[in-house]
Amino acid sequence: MATQALTSPADITTLTTDVIARAMRAGATDAEAVYREGDEFSVSVRMGEVEQLTEAGSRALGLRVFVGNRTASTSTSDLSPEGIDHLVHGAIALAKVTSEDPFAGLPDYGTFGQLDPKQHDLGLFYDDVYSLPPADRIEFARRTEAAALAADTRLVNSDGGSFNASTGVRVLANSRGFTGTSRRSYCGISVAPIATEPDGQMQRDYWYSSALSLKNLDTPESVGAEAARRTLRRLGARRVPTQKATVVFSPEVARSLLGDIMSAVNGDSIYRGASFLTGKLGEQIAGENITVIDDGTLPGRFGSGYFDGEGLPTRRTVVIERGVLKNYLLNTYTARKLNMHSTGNASRGLAGAPGIGSHNFFLEAGEASPQQLIADAKTGLYVTSIMGFGVNLVTGDISHGAAGLWIENGELTYPVEEITIAGNLKDMLRNISGIANDLLFRSSTSAPTLRIEGMTIAGA
Amino acid sequence: MSSSASPTSQPNSSPHIQSLHDHKNFFWDKLHLSERILEQVLSQALSAGGEYADLYFEYVSSTSLMLDESLVKSASQGISVGCGVRVLSGERTGFAYTDDLSLDKLIRAARTAALIASGPATHPVAGFNETKAPSLYPIAGATADADISAKLALIVRADVAARAFDPRIVQVRASFNDELRRILIAGSDGTFASDTQPLARMSVFVLAKDEHNTARGTSGGGGRVELSFFEGDKSPEHHAREAARQAILQLNAVPAPAGDMEVVLGPGWPGVLLHEAVGHGLEADFNRKKTSAFSGLMGQLVASPKVTVVDNGTIKNRRGSLNVDDEGSPTQETVLIENGILRNFMSDKLSARLTGCKDTGNGRRESYAHIPMPRMTNTYMLAGEDEPADIIRSVKRGLYAVNFGGGQVDITNGKFVFSASEAYLIEDGKITRPVKDATLIGNGPEALKYVSMVGHDLKLDEGIGTCGKDGQSVPVGVGMPTIKLDRMTVGGTGH
Repeated sequence: MATQALTSPADITTLTTDVIARAMRAGATDAEAVYREGDEFSVSVRMGEVEQLTEAGSRALGLRVFVGNRTASTSTSDLSPEGIDHLVHGAIALAKVTSEDPFAGLPDYGTFGQLDPKQHDLGLFYDDVYSLPPADRIEFARRTEAAALAADTRLVNSDGGSFNASTGVRVLANSRGFTGTSRRSYCGISVAPIATEPDGQMQRDYWYSSALSLKNLDTPESVGAEAARRTLRRLGARRVPTQKATVVFSPEVARSLLGDIMSAVNGDSIYRGASFLTGKLGEQIAGENITVIDDGTLPGRFGSGYFDGEGLPTRRTVVIERGVLKNYLLNTYTARKLNMHSTGNASRGLAGAPGIGSHNFFLEAGEASPQQLIADAKTGLYVTSIMGFGVNLVTGDISHGAAGLWIENGELTYPVEEITIAGNLKDMLRNISGIANDLLFRSSTSAPTLRIEGMTIAGA
Repeated sequence: MSSSASPTSQPNSSPHIQSLHDHKNFFWDKLHLSERILEQVLSQALSAGGEYADLYFEYVSSTSLMLDESLVKSASQGISVGCGVRVLSGERTGFAYTDDLSLDKLIRAARTAALIASGPATHPVAGFNETKAPSLYPIAGATADADISAKLALIVRADVAARAFDPRIVQVRASFNDELRRILIAGSDGTFASDTQPLARMSVFVLAKDEHNTARGTSGGGGRVELSFFEGDKSPEHHAREAARQAILQLNAVPAPAGDMEVVLGPGWPGVLLHEAVGHGLEADFNRKKTSAFSGLMGQLVASPKVTVVDNGTIKNRRGSLNVDDEGSPTQETVLIENGILRNFMSDKLSARLTGCKDTGNGRRESYAHIPMPRMTNTYMLAGEDEPADIIRSVKRGLYAVNFGGGQVDITNGKFVFSASEAYLIEDGKITRPVKDATLIGNGPEALKYVSMVGHDLKLDEGIGTCGKDGQSVPVGVGMPTIKLDRMTVGGTGH
């Protein structure tokens, strides 16, 4: 079904323009509308049989109004005339109960803009994600699972294989003349096989591939094989004693660590003093080997976009350069609070004030191979997954459940589980002793394999 | 809020039946639905065969207010409306949804979901049979009906109280969120249920700062309640002081210890242990697929004989409670573990149909755009007989954890974590120093075998829990008395 936009581009523009005009007539001094629509297809196959098939489309409208320095927002999926009337008058009424905030407001005139797709085609939309007939989509999911289960006789069960695809349109428009339209496509396959140990214990892991275009997806066979490898290597996991140790973070776990850094440079936490990096701009916070970038202008990447959630052009922002903290990630509000300029990192949901989001947030690759990082570690933990929410950005303390493989004499040996790894991000940033060359942009936040010295492992 | 039917027009109905009519009328009057439309759409859903189909209509209105730096910086309201159509054919589920409730769009969604089956049309049973449900929460008078200025007054009071607690409190954020969810469920087996589910939550976040350290503290609570719930012992002042107390305490916290040790968990929210260690593993879908570490352990000892754990969706006004679940089945109290023995899984319709186990009314979904699956409601351990003070006195060296952030579990290997946000060292039977945040880790089918003492002080949480599974979030509750675990791994950095 829904492979076409539900609403024509002209109709969407009429809708957002009309909503802004109505808000202004109703007493707003500025207004901003966001329209989103999307459709999704997903199929999961378990043990060779179709388990779930979903196909649907949806759309919704959000409105943010300013009445002087007061602001409020409303959203609705009811696009009937009554629904939109409620949206507009609800927002104005709500704004009147909020406080005067001198920092509130749309971005300044003259700051709006977007990358020119003619000069800078980001390649974010491919309609080929829906080009397969339904039977072939199911076959994608089935093949991914089958490839995983065929890899080894110990793989006897599964949480299923999946194929999913989606497309979406987002329109942002405001009373200061900005209108931007962004179209995106997405597709992915994944599988989570389950391996059984002789004593009956089970292990599960997964692997996936996702892309903006079907042609950039890994094959079901390679995804299945990788999922099998990841699952099998967990079999027979044991605990290790409590100790201080070197920890090598696989790219998947390093990425989560980088996500914590992203949260710590989020302007919202910075101006409140709720981040351990507050007030550290210009300081050496990490080793000279560390450079962290946020870049919304990279073609074909998940985090790229032509404009941010407030209608400012996206850009490349150096966050940490050779260990020195260079920039926070800011939207208009947090930039005004800090007497700085927005970095084009506003993120806008349907409802509420814009937050802050990264684009492609990554740690620059080093030169060593991941194997070299492990070999040089001599003894320690290679961590392949972490669990839980044990991050305190105020203090920088982190503590996670972890699983992985034990490193002995520079080689991966037996699997490890039911342990924790803990440290403080301030120390960890300084103790990164190795950065591998395996940076891949598999999602919007990405990191290569990293080795960090002096972490605490709690175990047996 | 619809309340068009007058009580006297239904001579033989009890008050809860009356309320059912009220819930339903909203969909008839405001969304122009009728039993005839439901029957028509269900017929289309079964047009390619299939054993069961259901429609889930939802209309949610929500409000969010935030006080930040003593200013009401943000206020928002939202409306979400839509219908999900599901068709079951053996183990297969076909699903489609629409946010446009016109008949042609509903039929289109039904025909899309229908394609999961491939056979001659089957037919819905004639007529609907309304689920009889209790009335566990206010219908009129829920917070959604209250004046917005009254809600704002609550968060202003929280701000004032937190700042007054101690001059070292430098940042306060207080928020009030509520929603009113109206649902109507119609199934091809004649299932018919409707409900109006209020939900409110207040949260306070503070930062404390002295010359050396910065620390955070949070507190919050709520439920399916009226606004008056936030007076008395669950007042804004209570949550503000609680958040401020935690933050000030954390200013002087020492690193948490690392390694295996005795752990005492305080009453209430630390029950998140149960949610992660055993709760998810006892959801029927995982056990039907034999992907849970608890698969095949029914009737066996999975905890100390002192441990009895229940899931109970029928407690008045609780965040995890429901008059009916999202499949139109009544909720209930289900004994999961009785004196250490695994007794029941939590099930929805699909797993009940496929395995022959009982549908325990645990079929839940985040919204009309999500497929229902077995989920917890309020999950807690029943009280024991030990004196909480004796429990602490019995520990030579260990951790006393009274407040937690979130947790997570790997269903298949049973490993679970939960993160302590307020904890103390116990040395020689006495609570000594506060320690920093630390994650605790254990193995689900084993961890509760180490429970050696269970207090008589069962407490449910304040009403802040949200559970995530397969990308779907639903509100839940947890609870526990003070308990002692003889062994658990504490993931700090200290000694």
